[in-house]
Amino acid sequence: MNASQAKEASADLKVVSDATCTFCGCVCDDIELTVDGNRIVKAKRACGLGTAWFLNHEIEDIPSCLIEGKAAPVEQGIRRAAEILTASRYPLIYGLSDTTIEAQRVAVAIGDWIGGNVDTTTSVCHGPSGMALQGVGEVTCSLGEVRHRADFVMFWGSNPAESHPRHFTRYSLMPKGVFVPRGRKDRTCVVVDVRKTKSAKAADVFLQIKPRGDFEALWTLRALAAGIPLDAEQVRQTTGQPLSVWEDLMQRMKAARFGVIFFGMGVTMTRGKHANSEALMALARDMNRYTRFTCKPNRGHGNVTGADNVVTWRTGFPFAVNLGRGYPRFNPGEYTASDVLARREADAALILASDPMANFSQPAREHLRSIPYIALDPKQTPTTQHAAVAFHVAVYGINVAGTAYRMDDVPIPLRPAFPSPHPSDLEILTGIEREVRQIQQAFA
Amino acid sequence: MSEAFILIPGRTSRQGCGISEGKFKEAYQAETSVLQIAPQDMQRLGLVAGDRVRVTSEGGMIEVAVQPAKSDELPSGVLFIAYGDLSSRLMSGDTHGSGMPTSKCLDVRLEPLEKSSIDPDEKA
Ligand code: SF4
Repeated sequence: MNASQAKEASADLKVVSDATCTFCGCVCDDIELTVDGNRIVKAKRACGLGTAWFLNHEIEDIPSCLIEGKAAPVEQGIRRAAEILTASRYPLIYGLSDTTIEAQRVAVAIGDWIGGNVDTTTSVCHGPSGMALQGVGEVTCSLGEVRHRADFVMFWGSNPAESHPRHFTRYSLMPKGVFVPRGRKDRTCVVVDVRKTKSAKAADVFLQIKPRGDFEALWTLRALAAGIPLDAEQVRQTTGQPLSVWEDLMQRMKAARFGVIFFGMGVTMTRGKHANSEALMALARDMNRYTRFTCKPNRGHGNVTGADNVVTWRTGFPFAVNLGRGYPRFNPGEYTASDVLARREADAALILASDPMANFSQPAREHLRSIPYIALDPKQTPTTQHAAVAFHVAVYGINVAGTAYRMDDVPIPLRPAFPSPHPSDLEILTGIEREVRQIQQAFA
Repeated sequence: MSEAFILIPGRTSRQGCGISEGKFKEAYQAETSVLQIAPQDMQRLGLVAGDRVRVTSEGGMIEVAVQPAKSDELPSGVLFIAYGDLSSRLMSGDTHGSGMPTSKCLDVRLEPLEKSSIDPDEKA
């Protein structure tokens, strides 16, 4: 015990070592928390986002369960939730990415029992990448490999300085690795973006491309990798950068010993979507003709990668899965939550650990508001506000143990800091599953 | 008179912290309800920080206060807003068969509204 730890212990503070931050997909598991009763007062090594995550999750002074906005016993809420879901002809289960895999597993099970439509927040972040990888495959690696091997690191349409603040220091740029012993000095960093973001400041090379020019820029690089001659004027016009800049970049990529492209929403949310992701993944694959090259989507939510894994184990598909016929069908654009709601198809929903009432398009939000739905969230949100049944739950990683998957599919255990009087997602969902089965058996 | 722009909604550090602090709290609300615009575009349109504009997309319409983008973060013709209720209002319900509404690089039209009542010199 060092001096500061000793001082904290004497003041009756608890120290939790190797706690895991689940705010973003970096899932940093080296955080040292100082806990004063039911409050975290310090989160050593956490970034600004992580600190805000840990320090703002005190015990919420709100009822654990509200039915139609009125406080109710949790068991009654569970029963009401099961009634809503079993009475529905087209129930939607959506969210999943900010809870443990243990809870995600039960959410998919409920979807299976009720013949529902299961979708996760992946569909509005890297869903297009999930579609693309089925087309071209994914040359992938762990963040540990990046840390120890990558001498060429490119960020495309991704701004980790604001979305994943410890990405650079913990995994991709600064660490001194086995094959990059001088850390940052041994790595070349390239940032490609439409905006000159905060991340651009960390780059050796910043390429500002034309808005919506990602697809053309990526295919320019693919053509260069394949040695196909290009029209310089056309390249400049469609990408916003001269051909010579792309040729120089291709030289650097070929010269790398281990290259990686981290990509973000700039690729997947812009027109082209899965075609953009596909071009990027294919480029990473192409580069393996010359050197070792990989790509990784920079995943946003703490356990969105877990959601992909769990839904895939259970149904064979990562998101946008419809179980209405008793077997899984996968069809993004049809079974994705944004569409199911905007087309006014779902007639009930279970929203787990996400906030579509804040994040979805207006037609989708209007429809969600018009149907009975159940929402589980640690805090009051626009989604819990309008729910027929709202559960305020304990926070995963702060009050609840379990497992989260880092963005590179590495499972990380959660070490909670203090218990919560509110139930966990897992407890609520297990209860709903039990009640759903009882109702179904009574009518069988 | 409205003018064509491309709007990029995105994550910011303050918006991210605001999610944990609470979406109904001041910090999140403030961060997600201001539109960043390149200083040269502001000048050209005669806008000062705090002026309100109307932004219209295929999916919806919002009215929002503007702020000059920091340093050279935004090229002329491109707008930025932190993810939140306002940015969602501009998204269309159509995902073009992908499941993902076009949520970045949206075509919008921007129209200045009434002038800010605050003297710009007082804001420094
Ligand atoms: S980088 Fe992400 S996971 Fe790591 S401390 Fe910051 S918010 Fe938490």
